[in-house]
Amino acid sequence: MKQATGPDRLLVLIPAFNEVGAIAGVIREVHSVVPEAPILVVDDASTDGTDQHARAAGAHVLRLPYHLGLGGGVQAGYKLAYELGYEYVIRVDGDGQHDPKYIPVLLKTLRETGCHMVIGSRFQNGNSGYTNSVRAIGIWFFRLVLRPILGKPVRDPTSGFVGVNRQALQVFTGSFPLEYPEIEALVVLQRKRFQFQEVPCRMRPRKTGRSTITAVKSLYYIFHVLLGVFINVLKFERRRRRE
Amino acid sequence: MERLLNVTTGLSILLVAMILFSVRRSHIRVEYSVSWLAAAVILLVLSRSSFALNWISNQLGLGDPPLALMLLVFCLFVIVLYRLSVVISDLKDANIAMAQRIAIVEFQLQNRNEE
Repeated sequence: MKQATGPDRLLVLIPAFNEVGAIAGVIREVHSVVPEAPILVVDDASTDGTDQHARAAGAHVLRLPYHLGLGGGVQAGYKLAYELGYEYVIRVDGDGQHDPKYIPVLLKTLRETGCHMVIGSRFQNGNSGYTNSVRAIGIWFFRLVLRPILGKPVRDPTSGFVGVNRQALQVFTGSFPLEYPEIEALVVLQRKRFQFQEVPCRMRPRKTGRSTITAVKSLYYIFHVLLGVFINVLKFERRRRRE
Repeated sequence: MERLLNVTTGLSILLVAMILFSVRRSHIRVEYSVSWLAAAVILLVLSRSSFALNWISNQLGLGDPPLALMLLVFCLFVIVLYRLSVVISDLKDANIAMAQRIAIVEFQLQNRNEE
């Protein structure tokens, strides 16, 4: 993978941890939708040969020396993309839940609206989305929490199907939540007064494996993310007072 | 009270000995032994000086010097643990940044070799 070239300078980023059953299919699907865009798989120290399957499927692989978690992996990909001069990065999960056919929609929204981040939303335009009931309650809760902080409603704050432009990339290379990053990333961008948009898209059931967020972990998830949001709001308030 | 002070003295000496032993064996770095040693020495001094302990107890409005000693023990260990949490957080941040940098450098080296 070389320095970014071309008008779009788009990179598709796929964070993956032990996704050997799905990764090759995801890469092929992405490639069929955006054949000109390089695909970077960030392998978070998988032990099942995910990196080899990803390389064989035609992706570039950034292999982390040890398991950093989702946020650490995504941030590593963002850092590399920023250093190589990419203008847009669209993140697609390695488990096959995100349908790559929406990548051009996300890219078009980034380019045409000038927003800094675009979220592929399961719930936009009345879609019910593919999610279990516990997570649906969590999403509803975070919608309520984020509404006053972001100053506008967000329908799907936990979606990992997101695209960012270079300005957001720059911010995320310096500050990116390490665990459960999606919600906190929105607040990090809000601190910089960046804009985000949501576009409707459909999610699919994951092809293999299980979600890392089990019902028991959901409570920890809510507490952790709430704390992260609260800390980011405190930083935001402090900055606003200085201005 | 005397028994409690003796036990505190004994534990303080044990803590000092453990920390020095660990530093000597390179299990704890010198800079991270300082806060433990300081806590242990403060406890040792207080447990051997009833005047100081009574004075602190009066200043805190506690009628019972052993209670004041327990409160001080608690506060000292909270401070040490807080300091260690800060150190661990800094180390984790540095470690993550380094792991990411290693991955990126390896990636670029591999790319260069393939070219």
